[in-house]
Amino acid sequence: MRDSLGIGIAVGAAGLAFGTAAVAAGLSPAQAVFTSMFMFTGASQFALIGVVAGGGSLVAGALGALLLGARNTLYGLRLADVLGRRSVLRRAVDAHGVIDETTAVALAQPDRASARLAFTATYAVLGTSWVVTTLVGALATERVSDIGALGLDAVGPAIFLALLWPRLREGGARTWLIAGLGAGLALAATPLLPAGVPVLLAASAALVALVGPEMSVTGPAASAPDGDDDNEAVRS
Amino acid sequence: MTLWIVLVATAAGCYLLKFAGLAAPRRLLDNVWLRRFATAVPLALLAALIAVEALRGEGQALAWDTARMGGVGAAVAALALRAPFLVVVLAAAAVTAGLRALGL
Repeated sequence: MRDSLGIGIAVGAAGLAFGTAAVAAGLSPAQAVFTSMFMFTGASQFALIGVVAGGGSLVAGALGALLLGARNTLYGLRLADVLGRRSVLRRAVDAHGVIDETTAVALAQPDRASARLAFTATYAVLGTSWVVTTLVGALATERVSDIGALGLDAVGPAIFLALLWPRLREGGARTWLIAGLGAGLALAATPLLPAGVPVLLAASAALVALVGPEMSVTGPAASAPDGDDDNEAVRS
Repeated sequence: MTLWIVLVATAAGCYLLKFAGLAAPRRLLDNVWLRRFATAVPLALLAALIAVEALRGEGQALAWDTARMGGVGAAVAALALRAPFLVVVLAAAAVTAGLRALGL
């Protein structure tokens, strides 16, 4: 429970940032809240509104968001084992809550009963916090006329940096190579292709991970939240 | 309206990706190539997003905005000092706003 609360607060901060960035990008507060409520996976949400802000191809933005959301599929595979739900309906309800944080907390539990409790508690606390703070951030930003003067254009890159940081810190040379290659590809393609597409193209840098020995796993199993590192808690 | 359609479709897609994991056969997790690629994709995408958003200019052009890059630098410094998420984001916005107010 302590972990759940700590994560709830950290995610609340990210929710404020999302509400702010979404309205700055041109979404209405209703659209921002809808996104947090139903898409409910932070990195994908930020990626999509980044493309909207850049006036880019919405289809490319959606594909980028789905690519980032694809790691939730891997989390689901692991969680299916840990939670051990038989009923398909129950799995369909659980599915909405499958994100970085809930997976990390559930996988850190010693047995199935506490894993189920931890998953549900984290999902409830985090989901509420995420949606409410998105609304607050969105409404506050709607009253702001000059985005640039408040430095809100630096918020997007700062959020992605905070999401990437724990992976860079834990990873080795190949982690840095993949990140550098991804950034380089996207920058090189930006003047040539519609906004959103360069970021999709950058995903091909992940092919480097298939060369040579396996990289150390940087998923939730390898980094159970310890409650004192907020950056770990906002990877979704 | 178009934006609503994209938001609904993407939300549905993200949900299905989550559900696919919970409902899929267990052996997919054991496919080492799939796992290696899927673990690395967010790395490449996040790095690309940082670069593209930090250097965004008018239209498709890239541009160096000293105030915004100062904010990104402040975020890096805050992360290196292990600051919490909110501090990282506030530092980036505050430094950018400050530099802009100074006319940079």
